[in-house]
Amino acid sequence: MPPTESSPRHLRAAIAGNPNSGKTSLFNALTGSYHAVGNYPGVTVERREGYARGNGCIFRVVDLPGTYSLTAYSAEEEVARNFVIEQRPDVVVDVVDAANLERNLYLAVQIIEMEAPLVVALNMIDVARRRRLDIDVDKLSSLLGVPVVATQAHRGVGTRELLAACAQVAADPERHIPKQIRYGHHVDEQVGHLAGLISHDEGLRGRFRPRWLAVKLIEKDSAVADQVASLAADPGAIRAAADHAIHSIETHFGEHSESVIAEGRHGFAAGVVRECLRLPTVPLRTRTDRIDSVTCHRVGGPIILVCVVYGLFVSVFKVADEWSWLFGKSPTEWMEWAFERLAESCSSLQARAPLLHSLLTDGIIGGVGGVMAFVPLILVMFAFVAVLEDTGYVARVAFVMDRLLKVFGLQGKSILAMIVSGGLGGGGCAVPGVMATRTLREEKDRLVTMLVAPLMNCGAKMPVYLMLIAAFFPRIQARILFVVWLMSWIVALGAAWVLRKAVVRGEQTPFVMELPPYHVPTLRGVLMHTWERTWAYVRKAGTVILAVSVIMWFLMYFPRVDASPFEERIAVAQAELGGEELVAVIQAIRNDQATAQLRNSVAGRLGSGLVPVSQWAGFDWRTNISLIGGFAAKELVVGTFGVAYSMGNVDPDATDSLSNRLATDPQWSRVKAFALIMFVMVYAPCMATQVTIWRESGSVRWALFSTAYATLLGFALAVLVYQGGLALGLGQ
Amino acid sequence: MARTLVDLAPGDESVVLRIEGSGAIRQRLLDMGITRGASVRCYRLAPLGDPIEISVKGSLLAIRKSVAKFVQIES
Repeated sequence: MPPTESSPRHLRAAIAGNPNSGKTSLFNALTGSYHAVGNYPGVTVERREGYARGNGCIFRVVDLPGTYSLTAYSAEEEVARNFVIEQRPDVVVDVVDAANLERNLYLAVQIIEMEAPLVVALNMIDVARRRRLDIDVDKLSSLLGVPVVATQAHRGVGTRELLAACAQVAADPERHIPKQIRYGHHVDEQVGHLAGLISHDEGLRGRFRPRWLAVKLIEKDSAVADQVASLAADPGAIRAAADHAIHSIETHFGEHSESVIAEGRHGFAAGVVRECLRLPTVPLRTRTDRIDSVTCHRVGGPIILVCVVYGLFVSVFKVADEWSWLFGKSPTEWMEWAFERLAESCSSLQARAPLLHSLLTDGIIGGVGGVMAFVPLILVMFAFVAVLEDTGYVARVAFVMDRLLKVFGLQGKSILAMIVSGGLGGGGCAVPGVMATRTLREEKDRLVTMLVAPLMNCGAKMPVYLMLIAAFFPRIQARILFVVWLMSWIVALGAAWVLRKAVVRGEQTPFVMELPPYHVPTLRGVLMHTWERTWAYVRKAGTVILAVSVIMWFLMYFPRVDASPFEERIAVAQAELGGEELVAVIQAIRNDQATAQLRNSVAGRLGSGLVPVSQWAGFDWRTNISLIGGFAAKELVVGTFGVAYSMGNVDPDATDSLSNRLATDPQWSRVKAFALIMFVMVYAPCMATQVTIWRESGSVRWALFSTAYATLLGFALAVLVYQGGLALGLGQ
Repeated sequence: MARTLVDLAPGDESVVLRIEGSGAIRQRLLDMGITRGASVRCYRLAPLGDPIEISVKGSLLAIRKSVAKFVQIES
């Protein structure tokens, strides 16, 4: 039926391809600016979806994760494979890097084998032509048995033709089933025999393509073997036949059967390339190799890395925080200013409905606003990381740093996440840090990085350090800060090492990473990346963090204390005093009331209840309450301290008076202060980070684990410092 | 001892003979194009000597030595 204007055909398309093949650019070129971004169920693999129009059809396009193959050894590959098998899209587009045809065809061959309706997008054809690679597109199409369309995704060239080819394939899928891949007589015979058996099995027939299943069984693919075991009508017979085929192939070739299959695919790809490509005589990858000889140089490489990391740091934390000359305020200050105005606009409620006022200003605006204030920072960070990713430099960072971080069970790319989280000391934020772990493809490395990145010194911990250091170490401030910075790395790397040994155990994903050719990133690509990730962050602030903010507010607001004794004191003061003295006295009484209120609240009772334990680290109830506030956001610690010490809510930027108060308090000592600094450094990541870990690890269990282990570790460290200090007689 | 990828010095070229190691390691190497008969060239070592950068089938790969030792090459 020919499509008409009034009733466009709805088709489902999936985009597959190697990483660095321009897959994402093509997805963007096809779908325009509107995407839904999420994760595939149960895994942390990012899923992007959009719509494309062409040829009278509306395509719902899913961007599959970039993969080199379709084995069961990585989450990305399994997701891509299962999507094609289970969702059965009307058409699969395989994006192939024309400048690197042979390696890219290896994946195309596997999709062909799945007998999925396929269109090959021969992407970056311009780059290939510049390298004088002359590809015969028609010949490639006839050799693969599928339509091939030349594209330049970053310029949008070829997308119309691509959609036309997709519509054609989807209209008549049976006519567009690609050719079978031949592995040579001996293997083909075994595959054919096994496929015959599968096609007669009641449980497997119709669910899978028999030939594909046969090849996968011969490849010893564990996920496929498990599926056969659970679904087949006679799993025993099929298992036995598969073992027989594997044995026959292995004795015939003297080689592992999966090697034989992989070689067959590579051989097919190489044969195709030989026939449709006239190889140039110029040596390959001249430009990339020249740049690598600088960026990966023994001495120059690390120096350049330090410069780039420093540049990242400066641009994220200085640009976003200190660009006041351009806008009058820094972007972060503008955000804070906006939320303060919003809070002020509620002030008319204060007298009429104090409860609602407190909920709106302290709970919702305070909580969500605190998180939203990071948006400018996060935007700049994502833009910088997007540029690093799109140029290909992130892979070089991993190459240069890998050996050092391997010692601690991490890998080269972990360094980026740790630096964004505050690894340079003096600022940072674990939320974008945890998000930056997306560049790590190895799942276990990624998880451990995610768990230790929050131990770095983020910007929100700094006011606590500065307040305590000013109070107790006034003459050696810089030295103490340096020690704190050093400790954060020691603790984080040590924790990574232990976590790797004890919690995230198991075999390391074999570290083989492509160093992609350098590219000049496109503005559109960078902006798209930046926007999508920033939006994901904003959305989270509006949902989960909103909910937790309300809960935290509730814990600190209820139950209420009786206000009448304070009102009586104010009345007495009003009768006796006047002028400025009266204002000061009323303020002091209000501060006392706030302290009493805080102590009486659920959080306060919790803080008092914890004293028998926390005293081991030297923390009293006031400290405990402040630290409970810090579970929500570390920014709250100093403010809550202020309330607990009857000083009103202290601005984290102006802590002098609080410092003086603590310095003169006989209850406090240097040892206590340093124990508290260590605890604040390590203990539970803030709410925003916990939610990010939840989202990025795909499991709330890891978010809870990170909270639990960090709090226990922090407490152990604080107890060690406090008790050790007392034992050494430093307590006075 | 058979020669492996680890034994290549920067600038050396060779041909892959055989891939050993567990299923995951072998599959990963095969998927990245390191198969019997493929020609490989070592470009450089990372600043701390590991991983190594090699080219195979027109792409550049960084491989940790702990993985590269499973790739036997012609001497």
